[in-house]
Amino acid sequence: MAADALAAPAPVALSLQQGVPLRRRVYSAGGWILCGLALAILSAAMVWILALVFIRGLGALSPELFTTITQGTGGGLLNAIEGTAVLSFGALLLAIPFGVGAGIYVSEYRHGYWAPTIRLLSDILVGVPSIVLGYVGYVTMVEWLGWSFSVAAGSITVSVICLPYICRTTELALQQVPGDLREAAFALGCDEKRVIFRICLPAALPAILTGILLALAISVGETAPLLYTAGWSNYLWDGRLTQSPIGYLTYAIWTFISEPFESAHQLAYAAAFLVTTFVLIVHVVSRFVFERDRH
Amino acid sequence: MKFKTILAGVAGVLPACLIMIIAFLAIYSWPAIHFNGFGFVTSNTWNLGNLYSNPVVVGGTQVAPGAHYGIVFLIVGTLLSTLIALLVAVPVGVGAAVFLAEAVPGKLRIWLSFFVELLAAVPSVVFGLWGYVVVIPFLGHFLFPFLSRVLGFIPIFAGPSGSGYGLLTAGLVLALMIVPLIVATLRDALVAQPTAIREAVSALGATRFEVISKVVLPSVNRVLIGATILALGRAMGETMAVLMVSGNALNYLPQNVYAPISTMAAFIVSQLDSALQDPTGMAVKSLAEIALILSLLSLIVNFLARLVLALEAHGARRATI
Repeated sequence: MAADALAAPAPVALSLQQGVPLRRRVYSAGGWILCGLALAILSAAMVWILALVFIRGLGALSPELFTTITQGTGGGLLNAIEGTAVLSFGALLLAIPFGVGAGIYVSEYRHGYWAPTIRLLSDILVGVPSIVLGYVGYVTMVEWLGWSFSVAAGSITVSVICLPYICRTTELALQQVPGDLREAAFALGCDEKRVIFRICLPAALPAILTGILLALAISVGETAPLLYTAGWSNYLWDGRLTQSPIGYLTYAIWTFISEPFESAHQLAYAAAFLVTTFVLIVHVVSRFVFERDRH
Repeated sequence: MKFKTILAGVAGVLPACLIMIIAFLAIYSWPAIHFNGFGFVTSNTWNLGNLYSNPVVVGGTQVAPGAHYGIVFLIVGTLLSTLIALLVAVPVGVGAAVFLAEAVPGKLRIWLSFFVELLAAVPSVVFGLWGYVVVIPFLGHFLFPFLSRVLGFIPIFAGPSGSGYGLLTAGLVLALMIVPLIVATLRDALVAQPTAIREAVSALGATRFEVISKVVLPSVNRVLIGATILALGRAMGETMAVLMVSGNALNYLPQNVYAPISTMAAFIVSQLDSALQDPTGMAVKSLAEIALILSLLSLIVNFLARLVLALEAHGARRATI
């Protein structure tokens, strides 16, 4: 890695410590080499994954991908692209009001017992495996409520995954807003509602939007919770919220790569390229916003 | 005051989700818990029974004749793959975090950290794709036969090296998925350690690596423990990538590290279709019992991790005052 070559000065600096016994010098140099190696391994793995996705993915791209629907193990991905967009949009639509609301509460009313409790439980909710959420979604919405595989079941399940992320980033964003601003607003006679909506939220808006963007990336990349809630469909969405399954890109990756047909593999690579590129762009963009905020 | 109450209600949706998940799973899987008893976690046979003959009544519930549900192989698979993932991810994560925090200069550190932590952003199914297309052929054809020749004298590395699908592959892919968590948490903790400590130890004649390995790193060991427990929770619940590289073993206990396995999370996906064929619904309910066990485990693990990290943050705050 070029990056590691640039980082080399550390072990060089060590050799300048003349009085240090050889055994300790060897220990130190060896330690730095192992640490550098660990970083090199991780960087190499990341490059390897990106190379696979980009090289195979770019080779599989074609205009038909975006204009035609899946036919058996070939065709395009229009249905899956549309489905991913619909499911993610639905998930965010549900998760944003509750997530941002919870984040405001946990940040602005953090004195007391309810806010720390919510924070702790939301941290634990993050840890619940996504397949468990998918299974619960299947049992409750698909079976008990009789929605069958549908946009509603899929979106609600994914929104539960997004909720704690949005809550946490909103809380962190609001805590970056200086307390002086709130005090000044209160001194001018604003009530709590006005302080939150007119002072705190506008100041924290870029960071909150960053959090929402990251939640969007998560919802686009999820597979396990959708398998048994959204199902899969080769056709475009018919507009019904229940009773009609819908396709999504991550399903195409999982299922088409294990088909024995080259056309199916091409679809899987193309889907992987689209999902990964989207997720990476979101992360890079949010990183830029975050960096700009900090300086 | 009223606004605060409304917000508190909105915020209550989060804990409500958590409670509902556990409650629904418990209620739905109750007949299975009753039917399977304790044998669920002590026996090693997952058998749906004869789905085409009339259901029989056992202990008041209808089941397919011959049905028996035991998940020891899933517990073993989950624990072993998680263990391998941690054994690989912790040293690599610590090494990378130390190098990033101590040896990489300012601006480059930000971008290199960002690049490595992008591993956490890659969707699980893309890791699975990578594992399936690239890693399995590589490991199955080259590394595993090599390992079994060279390390064959150690029982777990001996024996047939398999096709590449299996325990070690799953562990390695999982390691890569959880390592960014360890790197990010530990690097932040390392950077936050006071310079005075480093200067004091340097002044005593320690080399820079000794300062870090003997003084700075031990002072963040609680953060490392917390991050490791969090990573453990994530590895336990990981589904798609494991599903695609583990070989999805059924009723089989691994004899060596190359053997196929399955984990609780992956099993729920791979078995739901066939479980739905059971007209009595007991198979689906038994899968719900697996989901219940998995979510309770992740609950405990995440609670422990937050406890350790919160105690550490609390201690750090007190130390600075």
